[in-house]
Amino acid sequence: MMQGDLVAGIRPLLGRRVVSMWFPHLSIERWQRSMERQHIEPPPDVAVTLAVDGAHGPVVHAANPAAIEAGVHTGARIVDMRSLIPELRVEYADVGGDQILLQQLMLWTRRWCPWTSLDGSDGLILDTTGSDHLHDGEALMLADMQARFAQLGLTVRLAVAPTRGAAWGLARYGPERAICPAEDIELRLGALPVKALRLSDKTDLLLNRLGLKTIGALTDVPRVALVRRFARTELIHNPVMRLDQMMGRLAEPVNSPEDPPRFMVRARLPEPVQDPTPHLPALCEALCAELSSAGFGARRIVVSVYKTDGDISHVEAATATGSRDPAHLLGLFRDRIEAINPGYGFDLITLTAAHVEEMADVQSRLGGGTDEGTELAQLVDRLTAKFGAAHVTRPIPGNSHIPERREAWIPAMSGPPAPLETALLRPLRLFHTPEEIRVLYAVPEGPPAQFQWRRQLLRVVRFNGPERISPEWWKDRPTSRLRDYYRIEEQFGRRIWLFREGLHGDGRGREDPRWFVHGVFA
Amino acid sequence: MPCPPTPPVVTPPVADLFQPIQSLSEVLSDAAVDGAAAGFVAAQLQPGAPVLWIQDRLSQKETGAPYLAGFPMGLKMIRVDVSRAVDVLWSMEEGLRCAGLSAVVGEIWGDPPALDFTASKRLALRAEAQKCPVWLIRRAGTSNLSAARNRWRVKSLPSAPTSHDISAAGHPQWHVELFRSRSHKPGDWVVQYDAAAQKIIPIVQQDKVDAPLLRAI
Repeated sequence: MMQGDLVAGIRPLLGRRVVSMWFPHLSIERWQRSMERQHIEPPPDVAVTLAVDGAHGPVVHAANPAAIEAGVHTGARIVDMRSLIPELRVEYADVGGDQILLQQLMLWTRRWCPWTSLDGSDGLILDTTGSDHLHDGEALMLADMQARFAQLGLTVRLAVAPTRGAAWGLARYGPERAICPAEDIELRLGALPVKALRLSDKTDLLLNRLGLKTIGALTDVPRVALVRRFARTELIHNPVMRLDQMMGRLAEPVNSPEDPPRFMVRARLPEPVQDPTPHLPALCEALCAELSSAGFGARRIVVSVYKTDGDISHVEAATATGSRDPAHLLGLFRDRIEAINPGYGFDLITLTAAHVEEMADVQSRLGGGTDEGTELAQLVDRLTAKFGAAHVTRPIPGNSHIPERREAWIPAMSGPPAPLETALLRPLRLFHTPEEIRVLYAVPEGPPAQFQWRRQLLRVVRFNGPERISPEWWKDRPTSRLRDYYRIEEQFGRRIWLFREGLHGDGRGREDPRWFVHGVFA
Repeated sequence: MPCPPTPPVVTPPVADLFQPIQSLSEVLSDAAVDGAAAGFVAAQLQPGAPVLWIQDRLSQKETGAPYLAGFPMGLKMIRVDVSRAVDVLWSMEEGLRCAGLSAVVGEIWGDPPALDFTASKRLALRAEAQKCPVWLIRRAGTSNLSAARNRWRVKSLPSAPTSHDISAAGHPQWHVELFRSRSHKPGDWVVQYDAAAQKIIPIVQQDKVDAPLLRAI
């Protein structure tokens, strides 16, 4: 340990612990699993390959053990392999599906540590610095990982090392579940072939021709000579850079694709269950305690369940203002937790505050209790959680004279409602789309004397107007026409807002002006 | 055991009638495209704390959505658009759990089975506990059993004449009928709405409403 600290002190980049996972048979095992689920899996002695299209016809992408034993290898052409094994069963590979599975697994592996990322098309990288003790040490953690992937039917090769490059090399070319301490890094990696440096085939071939077959042999070559020999090689295939990254002389952090949530509480269950509801109150309490001690309020919270079949499922809720009231957060999930898909059950539930904002403790009333603004925000949250943000709205003034643009209704989550200023006489109700009326008796000036709307014959008794609203040429299409609004009163006393679209011979649109009902007055 | 004395019936003056009560009031409108019912409610909303206005889908399709520019000045509103009457009632109850609202208004189309006596009783009791006026606007429905404390039927009348333009419409006038009430004697009124002062002024009272006049309208 002393020596480890010493090495880490000299090379600070060796201070981390990185796990590399390699799924050597991801495609074929996924295919096998999907067949098993449908109960149509072939017997184990049938040779199966998955093919992808190559430049000269389909080539082997993956093969099952029977096929490998018979001599099928990745990259070979299917026609050649057919000549080898005439009864070879060929299926098309689902490369996109494999990537989706890998993405899901990347999120699923966050059960062990918060930083994970994809590593090529068949591997994952986990930065487990400081999280191995939660799983009783690295050896047991690696064993746990392998056991859980085995339950999913996936073969995985694992290694943990101080750098990403070292973990990558050990996972693929080192012993099973290799654990490489920082002080042994040169010793442990020296024996690996140069392929373990993540080089292109061309560079690998060149190094082999030069007689540099192992990493140890490469490190013995003077650095100046290596740099000169590979000065023109592409940087990601340059053995000098790869060697520096592996040995911790050059940083290569794990770029975890999503910002790690800062507030997360979890419930580990002894055995898989189907319903998370009984665990939620305790989780909400714990999350709110965490938020409260840090002085934050949650704006978006997510319940995630980690299923035993290697998938995760979420239910999300948002709040209008920061909140750390357990009863309120629990209420947001009240009717929605059924939407979670439990699959075959799950054994880990996490509650994450995905978006938080700073929130100071405010006492608004001397006698305790909450103030009205908070209560209103919580009401908006409850309504939004049930009906969706688009259905709970508040008005904001629009910069326009067109009535429907004058007032925009935006989700009430975005802020407190405010009054609108208006000096004009406007209807109480506005139709979403103006309804066209049939004019029965038109007069040269003013609104029609008689019209038909919704199969009712209406006679205009009195009217105010017109109020002319011009189209917004900077926003509208050139064919949009002006509107003359009239406030009319019909024979039953109902007051209606009519408008005429366009004028006779205004050159916009071929038709005569049309009349619409747009709103109703009190 | 002696019978407790019956409390004397106190009828408040008519001026109090057009003030919102802190309980459930129901406003029925016979014609779908009549703005009178919404106007009658809007005239009694108070600026200050926001109003929660909930509509079901059919009410919005048939009669349009609330347009805040036509409401009294300074009013704040949160609008909820839902599809079923059950959701309207749920939202209204949810709104009544919140102290930060000045009124809750719900619009329901027709006679859905969800709107029964129990539902209206729940709303009335919650409104009284929260001391918040609640309005239920009903169109194309029947005046079936309800626990609303005041039940109104509102209809548009030709507006008041204006002095400067004979062909123009003036202040809106409505025929309002209080057909069931806990605190007042039921009756009919012709009222005028002064939007600038936000006041409902009774013009003709119950016994003076001219039957031929109403028939003519």
